[in-house]
Amino acid sequence: MSHPVPRSAQGSPAAAVPVYDSSRRRPRWVEEAAHLWRYRGLVHELVVRDIKIRYKRSVLGMLWTMLAPLLNMIALTLVFSALLKTTISNYPVYFMAGQIFWNFFAQTSNGAASQTQASNDLAKRMFVPRSVFVAAAVGGGLVNLFLSLLPLVLILAVTGFRFYATWAFLPVSIFILTLFTTGVSLLLFTLTSRFADVREMYGVIVQTWFFLTPIVYEPSIVPFRYRVWLSLNPMYHLIQVFRKPIYAGTLPSVELVMVSLALSIAVLATGWVYFCHRTDKMAYWS
Amino acid sequence: MPAVIRLEKIGLQYRVPKERIHSLKEYAIRRLQRRLSYAELEALKDVDLTVEPGERIGVIGRNGAGKSTLFRVISRVLPPSAGRAYVAGRIAPILELGLGFHGELTARENVMLQGALLGFSRADMRRRLEGIVAWAELEDFIDAPTRTFSTGMAARLAFAVATDVDPDILLVDEALSVGDEKFQRKCHDRMQGFHDRGKTMMLVSHSLAQIRDNCDRAIWLHHGRLVRDGDVASVTEQYHQWSLGETDVVT
Repeated sequence: MSHPVPRSAQGSPAAAVPVYDSSRRRPRWVEEAAHLWRYRGLVHELVVRDIKIRYKRSVLGMLWTMLAPLLNMIALTLVFSALLKTTISNYPVYFMAGQIFWNFFAQTSNGAASQTQASNDLAKRMFVPRSVFVAAAVGGGLVNLFLSLLPLVLILAVTGFRFYATWAFLPVSIFILTLFTTGVSLLLFTLTSRFADVREMYGVIVQTWFFLTPIVYEPSIVPFRYRVWLSLNPMYHLIQVFRKPIYAGTLPSVELVMVSLALSIAVLATGWVYFCHRTDKMAYWS
Repeated sequence: MPAVIRLEKIGLQYRVPKERIHSLKEYAIRRLQRRLSYAELEALKDVDLTVEPGERIGVIGRNGAGKSTLFRVISRVLPPSAGRAYVAGRIAPILELGLGFHGELTARENVMLQGALLGFSRADMRRRLEGIVAWAELEDFIDAPTRTFSTGMAARLAFAVATDVDPDILLVDEALSVGDEKFQRKCHDRMQGFHDRGKTMMLVSHSLAQIRDNCDRAIWLHHGRLVRDGDVASVTEQYHQWSLGETDVVT
């Protein structure tokens, strides 16, 4: 009988022997970060898998991702421009810029929460750092975000809206947004791992939050005495960092960027520490 | 030679709520009413085990004796609640064949995903892909979605991936019972090849014949304790006698 010859068994860079010693572990938040880095290939595979599965057996495929925000925009433009007579000029662009931002946040965090069951099934049987599932949800969200910028460009062209040079700032906006979204996703993933009903509750919260954030309306219509509350909503600041370069053609102020960045980093740090603190327990919860 | 696996006084306790509470609302209510109670479940207790490179160890014991839990501690899925677990080397578990395969994805895509789950890079897996598919005899189906595969085909593919990545330690949990005779033969040969290259293997099985066929040493777990550790013939024989009700566990 011939035995299979191992290909590249020796001499490959992966040949360094990994050592696991349960009595000598680094602080969890360092350890998890190192694992996440080592399993970055898996994050990539998971993102690709999710995209493939989403589009493989659907007729409209990718088109749908771009069509959905357009349909939404048309409906809201009808309601706000024709029925409610909004003063916002070029409402389609205003709304779509906000909606793209919101969808990224809501779909990603919700996606992370929906991963808990599948990730538990895997992580119960073989060692996989669970943060890869959150990272994959964020990665998938980013892909969708870029896809949904296309219909926005289309609307810009159709309505004759100016394509401002300030679009060049969007990578920074998206970066800040991603930090914040990742932080929330980590918190949510941890909570959903323990309590399955958190996901339903979160659905209701997101719905409410959407209407408390100036996406379909302008912040200026909020009565002055409620403005304090508005400024306590992190999404109020973040959305401006994203929408201003597209809709107003101006850069967000340094102050606004700093506040958003500090806030996002704080949320991410909190999410990461909390997640890592609970990650040992997750195997026991499932 | 240094040990590849060293378990020192490993204990593993589950703190299980007396009633399973999966909802936050319920948890909050019970917490307020102080009606949360837990039971301690000891899945493993004082387990000492040292495995040298190249050993082939069979793990036997009744259902719930802690065999799978032991594998989970070794593969660092479950952090032990007492004692120390030391494992040097790359582990590939074959726990449930086909696990992690996604039916909508093709064989090729699934192999890449499985490789990534085992911690391998894309470049690495691309190089291995051909050999994996060839061993599994699925060359003609490489771009077919795995939902169209029979159980046997999926099992071959899963076993091919786990063994091709050439881990230092192979953990096989009740996985060889699926598949036809030819498949079992191939698995056996492949594990033999593994052994010949000085790799370590642990095998959980209820089939004592399979343990005797593939292992040199056997350990017997009973209620989370390691009660026997010795050469495969004597431990399996003692276990057999005990399961016939002829002897006691305690020495």
